[in-house]
Amino acid sequence: MHPAPSVIIFTTCSGLGFGLLFFLGLGQPEVTGFVAFVFYLIAYALAVGGLLASTFHLGHPERAWKAFSQWRSSWLSREGICAVAALLVMGLYALGAVFAGSHWTVIGWIGALLSLATVFTTSMIYTQLKTIPRWNMNLTPAMFLSFSLAGGALLAGAEALAPWLLAIAGAVQLAYWAKGDGAFARSGTTLGTATGLGGRGAVRAFEPPHTGTNYLLREFVHVVGRKHAQKLRVISFGLAFVLPLLLILIPVSGVAIKHIFALLAVLSHLTGVVVSRWLFFAQAEHVVGLYYGKR
Amino acid sequence: MTQLPQSTERKMGLVIDLDTCVGCHACVISCKGWNTENYGAPLSDQDAYGANPSGTFLNRVHSYEVTPAEGHAQLIHFPKSCLHCEDAPCVTVCPTGASYKRVEDGIVLVNESDCIGCGLCAWSCPYGARELDVAEGVMKKCTLCVDRIYNDNLPEVDRIPSCVRTCPAGARHFGDLGDPNSDVSKLVAEREGMDLMPEMGTKPVNKYLPPRPKDQIEDQIDILAPLLAPVAEEPKGFLGWLDKTLEKL
Amino acid sequence: MTIQQPKIDTSPKVSDEVRRTTCYMCACRCGINVHMKDGKVAYIEGNRDHPVNKGVLCAKGSAGIMQVNAPSRLRKPLRRVGPRGSGEFREIEWDEAISTAVGWLNELHETAPQKLAFFTGRDQSQSFTSFWAQNFGTPNYAAHGGFCSVNMAAGGIYTMGGAFWEFGQPDWDHTKLFMLFGVAEDHDSNPIKMGIGKIKARGARVIGVNPIRSGYNAVADDWVGITPGTDGLFILSLIHVLMKAGKIDLDYLSRYTNAPVLVNAAEGPEKGLFLRDADGKPLVIDRVTGKPTAFDKPGVRPDLSATFEKDGVTHRPVFHLMAEKYLSDDHAPEAVADRCGIPAKRIRAIAAEIARVAFDEAIELDQEWTDFRGETHSKMIGRPVSFHAMRGISAHANGFQTCRALHVLQILLGTVEVPGGFRFKPPYPKPIEAHPSPHGDRRPGRPLEGPHLGFVRGPEDLLIDDCGTPQRIDKAFTWENPMSAHGLMHMVISNAAAGDPYKIDTLFMYMANMSWNSSMNTKGVMEMLTARNEDGKYTIPKIIYSDAYSSEMVAYADLILPDTTYLERHDCISLLDRPICEADAAADAIRWPVVEPDRDVRGFQSVLIELANRMSLPGFTNEDGTPKWKDYADYIVNHERKPGIGPLAGFRGENGDKEGRGEVNPDQLNRYIENGGFYVAHIPEGADYYKPWNMAYQDWAVGMGIYDSPQPYLFQLYSEPMRRFQLAAEGHGDRQPPEHLRQRIKDTMDPLPIWYETDQQGNEGFTVNALTQRPMAMYHSWGTQNAWLRQLHGRNPLYVPTKLMREHGLQDGDWAKVSSPHGEITVPVMEMAALNENTVWTWNAIGKRKGAWALQEDAPEATKGFLLNHLIHELLPPKGDGQRWANSDPITGQAAWFDLKVKIEKAAAPSDAESQPEFDPIKSPVGTGPKDLAWKVGK
Repeated sequence: MHPAPSVIIFTTCSGLGFGLLFFLGLGQPEVTGFVAFVFYLIAYALAVGGLLASTFHLGHPERAWKAFSQWRSSWLSREGICAVAALLVMGLYALGAVFAGSHWTVIGWIGALLSLATVFTTSMIYTQLKTIPRWNMNLTPAMFLSFSLAGGALLAGAEALAPWLLAIAGAVQLAYWAKGDGAFARSGTTLGTATGLGGRGAVRAFEPPHTGTNYLLREFVHVVGRKHAQKLRVISFGLAFVLPLLLILIPVSGVAIKHIFALLAVLSHLTGVVVSRWLFFAQAEHVVGLYYGKR
Repeated sequence: MTQLPQSTERKMGLVIDLDTCVGCHACVISCKGWNTENYGAPLSDQDAYGANPSGTFLNRVHSYEVTPAEGHAQLIHFPKSCLHCEDAPCVTVCPTGASYKRVEDGIVLVNESDCIGCGLCAWSCPYGARELDVAEGVMKKCTLCVDRIYNDNLPEVDRIPSCVRTCPAGARHFGDLGDPNSDVSKLVAEREGMDLMPEMGTKPVNKYLPPRPKDQIEDQIDILAPLLAPVAEEPKGFLGWLDKTLEKL
Repeated sequence: MTIQQPKIDTSPKVSDEVRRTTCYMCACRCGINVHMKDGKVAYIEGNRDHPVNKGVLCAKGSAGIMQVNAPSRLRKPLRRVGPRGSGEFREIEWDEAISTAVGWLNELHETAPQKLAFFTGRDQSQSFTSFWAQNFGTPNYAAHGGFCSVNMAAGGIYTMGGAFWEFGQPDWDHTKLFMLFGVAEDHDSNPIKMGIGKIKARGARVIGVNPIRSGYNAVADDWVGITPGTDGLFILSLIHVLMKAGKIDLDYLSRYTNAPVLVNAAEGPEKGLFLRDADGKPLVIDRVTGKPTAFDKPGVRPDLSATFEKDGVTHRPVFHLMAEKYLSDDHAPEAVADRCGIPAKRIRAIAAEIARVAFDEAIELDQEWTDFRGETHSKMIGRPVSFHAMRGISAHANGFQTCRALHVLQILLGTVEVPGGFRFKPPYPKPIEAHPSPHGDRRPGRPLEGPHLGFVRGPEDLLIDDCGTPQRIDKAFTWENPMSAHGLMHMVISNAAAGDPYKIDTLFMYMANMSWNSSMNTKGVMEMLTARNEDGKYTIPKIIYSDAYSSEMVAYADLILPDTTYLERHDCISLLDRPICEADAAADAIRWPVVEPDRDVRGFQSVLIELANRMSLPGFTNEDGTPKWKDYADYIVNHERKPGIGPLAGFRGENGDKEGRGEVNPDQLNRYIENGGFYVAHIPEGADYYKPWNMAYQDWAVGMGIYDSPQPYLFQLYSEPMRRFQLAAEGHGDRQPPEHLRQRIKDTMDPLPIWYETDQQGNEGFTVNALTQRPMAMYHSWGTQNAWLRQLHGRNPLYVPTKLMREHGLQDGDWAKVSSPHGEITVPVMEMAALNENTVWTWNAIGKRKGAWALQEDAPEATKGFLLNHLIHELLPPKGDGQRWANSDPITGQAAWFDLKVKIEKAAAPSDAESQPEFDPIKSPVGTGPKDLAWKVGK
């Protein structure tokens, strides 16, 4: 798949933002007033910024509001609804925290759930696609959710939980890669089944329908070299999980240094997740590539 | 809207004969012509006279080489457009309801004024049947020429998709695949029409007729050999045979 | 939730109006419905009523809208200002253009008409352009047949009075076995596709004989991946097997062919000629009387076997000679298998299948008919095996004999003009006797005495003067290529540049991309067009060119006469020329301006009329000196070739109710337009098969004006005209060939079809066959300027068989250096398994010169696309005998494109990743096309 910056930014930022909102909704950290304002500003900047970024790849962003109508069948529609609901509910909760200095626990819990649901619905947009075997796995929502929670915990400064969540997310990431690499082959879809000609012999794509490119090739066919991908995986894993873990687990003295390390951990994690998401798209092979003799 | 209908009254679709398609691309261009001028936004072309020409097409003809375990490699031309699936994933993923399957005939359409151009329907389609038009920012796909097949302004004989009307070899057939007595259904039954990527569970309405077995003439030589028994081994004998045969005429 | 669907308009208005005319996106000439909206072309589809395409339309036809609006259209007459080849022009007015042309031409007309060489390429108005040239008085006129398929056309006409494509077609409705030879996708494309579709729908068998398994061969049930150039050998082997098994139609052969005609067997000037009676009629032995009798005498039953002694000279029937030749083991499958690349078993299997279908599945139609000998037959017997071939087997230096062999095979099986076999389309069948011989005299100020092109009967018809000097600039109808019935357009420029046989003053060309894909030795041709004498003047002093588009050739002309596109013009596809007939009907068609040009351009034929009028050319001028016609439309309606016979056969006579023959009808074009742009005259039932011998057909054809009198004839298995050339080469007769050609004429002009290896001198080390073909979605060089079509085929790889890919360590996308004795190219490769293992090929004419066709200079056509033409020379490599032998068929002069042999080597990608050789860009006289398109004319 074409690794469009808009969707990479969207999934990374909104995942992180809703992750933070999840923890805020649970009252972690239990902040009020200006400090709360800063936390919510960060959370909303990430979540809303991510959502806005996602509209950049739309042909008609001005009609995006229509996307709320199809919650019965469409994960994308559900995501939109969840996101708006989460932002509204958490907004109310934030008002309480910032201006009233109080935590309306029930509203917080609902907001936290909606935030998590938003991340889940985002992940389901990809997971539901049988056409992309690497995404069509239970590990995809597991990855989105675990990343969101780990990132949220980091941002929320949940010192106790964050290492565990980072470790879990790292483990899910490794499992996702391991399983994803064989997903296409396991799906059973080949040029033979795509053309129905597989029973007659070895099928090979000969002349493409057009000598030039087209939307399908631009959107669905992106070739990443194996070595290149391995390198990126190491970088991604190191930045997203290993380095942040080290940064938050190294015992340091002084609040300032601690905060700097926490900030570095967040930035490292963010960068790592961006690389992971780039790979998530770039390595995802759509079955339509088979028709073009490409994956 | 984006929920699929429980069932459709008819299942209109195409039957494509891979034994007959010569790969001439007539259907591709006829489709481009009709659908540029008709339903919805024109099918645009970018860099039309430059280094990377790339336009929107609703129907494309691939070609595949099949090499059997024994015998010559074969070349098969393979037209592909929307298969108007019964379980069309492109419909259910659409967040706005722009993508829908018609109850009366099962045609999968995009209501362009509702399309936000998110591309998810194209992502969900295993067949590459949908293309986002770059100029218009909306998803384009085969409409089965919904603006032809019921069009009172066309003579009845022309109320068929433009690709079917134009196909010189007659490799494309149009009809109701939900009616077992229709010509297309009979053709599918007779020629063992097949689905593409059945494992995707999309239940395509369009069917493909597989190529007939090829390069078998030598296997029939045993039956045919007596046909070639020489009338005489020598030219003189041949002339003798000639005389005899001529007398019989 | 109930499902609510959007309401859509399923009955939108399709168009304001439908204008029906004839397509020109290739040479197929299908009927098209042009849908108009707001006076603009909105959509083009096939015309269901049209005899050629019956509603279907190919990719090219449907893309016509992109052709009519192509940015490469020329806009105004141009006068060259830069050096030739630069593309630098200034726009001029038509007045200046016409006066300039008249200034150049009139003097030639009055003093030395042969100094004008007028050649047309994809011309569909040859009966008119030749009429113009004839009245100008130059012997130097032809169209592009010489580098296209003259072998097929002439081979067919000399053998049976017609060939494939516009001459005839398989009986698609009845045939049960269809055998296709060679590349055929680029001619008669829709009818063949429709025919194959019909056969396939019936589940009948298609056999494809072609080194490349693409297109029609891809759907063939059996593929014969033959070695290029050996088709004749394969066909003669089929003939051997069938004759040996007696699977030939003796009754048919005795009645309708010259198999029983008696041939002089005595050494001497008569050897090999027919025994004729006092009226010149060939004689056969009548089985009833045992006496020699004229072949067409009522009641005669010709004997295929009996010989006849006269004055001590033995006369043997042609069939004896055939038995002697073809029963020889030289033609056995085992003897030819290796050379053809087809196992002997397969050859036998195919022969057996042909025999089975022809004889065990014969068709009988209950249709009474009467033959030319007065015998009435109660049934029409059909042998449902049919064949088709086109350029694939033609474009070899043994192509003429190969085409003859294929026709002879059909005739031996009795499948010509019978149900299920091959059927002629009017005005064919037409024997040699009904064709003119060629004319090449030159008489200043006066017209030629007859048509330029024709069919020689013997050495006496050659266009050479007493010293043997060719009369024509292309050396057609000379000992080098005696039967060059279509001229030799591919030799014009090189001969003119060399001043051999003489110098010319003006080269005038129409729709012929000679500086690019229509020439062998492309680079050489560019050099010839720009070559200068010592005095600095161009060797070819003046070049006038007419084209609708900014083709590569435009840059090489001094004066450009911009033509219209096909939807902006009048044309007639005439029975006098190459009509659109079907086997069941005579038919012709017109084009008419369904839109008016939005540029300052004029239809070329109207410009020719204006030139003729300004020069008062005979034929174009009334006795009082006034012009006969003001433009081409006027000519189409009012010209009469013979009284009552004009360019269009339909709606003749005062009331428009006469067909074929009839007075001029001033309203004729309107009647054609009302009728869909064409006219069909159906052949009456009972007259539609056995046409050469069926009196009902003969009488109908006379009524239609196709013949002046009935012309029944025998199929010429044995070609007496060819024997006459052989006799000359053997030393008989007054007109003698030059010594260096004597042996070749003896060897190649065998009156019975033979196969010979083409000249391989200089090919040492070049062992791989290299071919080209046109993709079905493109034709000529027009396709790549078409915004829709160029997306299908925007560049062309060299297709290389798996074995050669492995041998040379090549992978898809690698580059290879491909060299021939003449030149080398470096191009990208792609593997193809379904390909003869020693053949490479590519799509022809995708490659473009930078700056041409209004494409941007970095267009893939100009950077990746390439021509194989650079590897082919119009002459064979020097042999050291002082002669340069033409790379063409020694009989017809057909350009031997497909004899090319190459060597292939893996190469590094060129530094700029562009196919080699590269040429400097030419300056586009029309700029380049727009960036983006979204072509919707309606609201």
